[in-house]
Amino acid sequence: MDTAMPYVLLSAILFALGVMGVLIRRNALMIFMSIELMLNSANLALVAFARQWGQLDGQMFVFFIMTVAAAEVAVGLALIVTIFRARRSTNVDDLAQLKG
Amino acid sequence: MNQLLFISPILFPLLGVLINATLGKRMSEKAIGWLASLLVVASFGVSLILFAQLGGAPEDERLTWGAISLGIPWIQAGALSVPFGFLIDPLSATMMLVVTGVGALIHIYSIGYMHGDPRFARFFVYLNLFVASMLVLVMADSFLLMFVGWELVGLCSYLLIGFWFTNIKNAEAGRKAFVVNRIGDVAFILGILLTFVTFGALTFADVFAGVARRGESVQAAVAAITLLLFIGATGKSAQIPLHVWLPDAMAGPTPVSALIHAATMVTAGIYMMARTHVMFEAAPSTQAVVALVGALTALVAGYTALTQFDIKRVLAYSTISQLGFMVAAAGLGAYVAGMFHLVTHAFFKALLFLAAGSVIHAMEHHGHHHHPADPQDMRNMGGLRAKLPLTFVVFLIGGLALAGVPPLAGFFSKDEIVLDALKHNLPVFVLLTISAIFTAFYVGRQLVMVFFGQPRSDMARHAQESPAIMTAPLVVLAALTVLGGALNLPGVGALGYWLSPAVGEFKTHPLDVGLAGLFTLIALGGLAAGWLVYRHAFTTPDLTDPLSRLGPLYALSKNAWYLDALYQAVVVKGFYTLSSFLASVLDLGGIDGIVNGVGRLARGVAGWLGRAQAGFVRAYGVLMLIGVVALVTYFLIVGANAR
Repeated sequence: MDTAMPYVLLSAILFALGVMGVLIRRNALMIFMSIELMLNSANLALVAFARQWGQLDGQMFVFFIMTVAAAEVAVGLALIVTIFRARRSTNVDDLAQLKG
Repeated sequence: MNQLLFISPILFPLLGVLINATLGKRMSEKAIGWLASLLVVASFGVSLILFAQLGGAPEDERLTWGAISLGIPWIQAGALSVPFGFLIDPLSATMMLVVTGVGALIHIYSIGYMHGDPRFARFFVYLNLFVASMLVLVMADSFLLMFVGWELVGLCSYLLIGFWFTNIKNAEAGRKAFVVNRIGDVAFILGILLTFVTFGALTFADVFAGVARRGESVQAAVAAITLLLFIGATGKSAQIPLHVWLPDAMAGPTPVSALIHAATMVTAGIYMMARTHVMFEAAPSTQAVVALVGALTALVAGYTALTQFDIKRVLAYSTISQLGFMVAAAGLGAYVAGMFHLVTHAFFKALLFLAAGSVIHAMEHHGHHHHPADPQDMRNMGGLRAKLPLTFVVFLIGGLALAGVPPLAGFFSKDEIVLDALKHNLPVFVLLTISAIFTAFYVGRQLVMVFFGQPRSDMARHAQESPAIMTAPLVVLAALTVLGGALNLPGVGALGYWLSPAVGEFKTHPLDVGLAGLFTLIALGGLAAGWLVYRHAFTTPDLTDPLSRLGPLYALSKNAWYLDALYQAVVVKGFYTLSSFLASVLDLGGIDGIVNGVGRLARGVAGWLGRAQAGFVRAYGVLMLIGVVALVTYFLIVGANAR
């Protein structure tokens, strides 16, 4: 058994949880957190693979992802706060004004 | 400096256009009219000087003496090179004198005739522009520049026919003239293009040299070119089948009818054929067509003139008929006779039109307020001999000249044409002779109906002689009509020898006494017949024409051979049918259908796809997930297979 296998399994489980969260939850904040979960599960997989192959590329990617995620949190949270202020709700099903 | 003198006949009237078009609104009628008239007089003066100088040149240099190149390469495109140049030779010098001389008289006459018209300045702008354009036409040294003048006079004709455009009929007459003329002009420009393709040049000198040099090898091309040029001439010079615009052109003010539609512009076709006689002589087949069309036109129009009631329409059909004589002369190769008739016709027909204008003026200005009848209808006239003595005398002179009574100008010029016809082409001679009979008859009819008997309307009863500014030009033209025959007397032939360097060999011949006697008899007999038939025909305006007893023959003449009805039914109706088909079926159904179809398609597809955009973020998420799974699956399978 590869040394990375348990980590990858955990990562897959976390990712699936994240997907479920995004699809099932209606609260924008919860969806947001689920997305973070998916990002971090990917980070975990990358770190695990990097370790197994003895290459730093994967770990480098993780830093990038963390940076991007931080930026995304800043923008995303700002959006959510603004939407909440305007509509007194963070239920994504209520936000259907752009339907075709 | 010399060049400026040569083209100044064109520049003078153009100056008038410039001044009257810009300042005309602030100038008095007198200032506008006299400025325009005096500039044309100046143009006439310069033409006289040039004419005299040309006469002073040795005979064998007269063709090249007045070739003026302005040194400006006008059109330079590939093999096409047309210089901007003019040519004053005996032929164009003669035309210049006619155009500016008769033009000046008509300008002066117009000062009186157009008095009080709200668009007085505009009238003189158009008239001056016409004189300048006509001079461009006759002075051009290349086909292309001639075509420019040709189109410009067509434009002026259009503008002046529809001068009183507030009456829709006048505007329609202008449009008709414009459209019919364009048909001829298309042929004309095709002829010019074919000339260029064949000879690689467009100046008259180069083309004629090419015709002489290449002779037989270009015969077919020359035949085609001349035929096309002749079709152009049938448009401008109102020959069948394109003559239908000229009677309607009488909608314009009468001085316009005299200047453009009798004396000058309509003779452009004859001038053009005389100018290009080298080519026509190289195409005997075209010449035969030209002679026949001219003679037929003379007959058809002369026959139509027999039964018209409008004083100007009679003269219009008469003009077409006389143009037919000139065209027939050109077709017979008798260019001198044709040009001679052109000049004398310019005198006596301008005289007749201006005299008719004087009659109309007198009718209109004394009584139309309480009488709605048509002041141009000869049935409403009668007895004007006593009311308008001077107009009567000059009209009589013009009428007798038109009928061909010796020794007036029309007698000599017509005699030369029929003599040539008798020598070379018997059918043409017969047609022209019959036409001459008609001519004398309708002149007699017109004289009786207008000037004899008793006045048949209030307008005629209250008519008064026109002012001196209108009658003075009439007297001058009457004098020219009496003396014009002296230009080319049989056995002397001054005009013929003068023109011969430009239009080919000429040899005068003594008067053919038998023929002259026959045509004098025809003229007097026709006049007498007209007199006898119409002496007591109209005691009141509402009687029918005595000729109506002829039944269908009368109807044929009255309705101008039904040509207008035929064109209306075939050409105009056909055009409208085709347009409405193109508009409703092809454009609305086809083109618009495609455009609207594209719009409908986009809208339909959008409506269908739009349903996917429900606005629910989680639904999008599911779709995205499905997509990602599908893609990943796909690439895994493809990847596995690739390995």
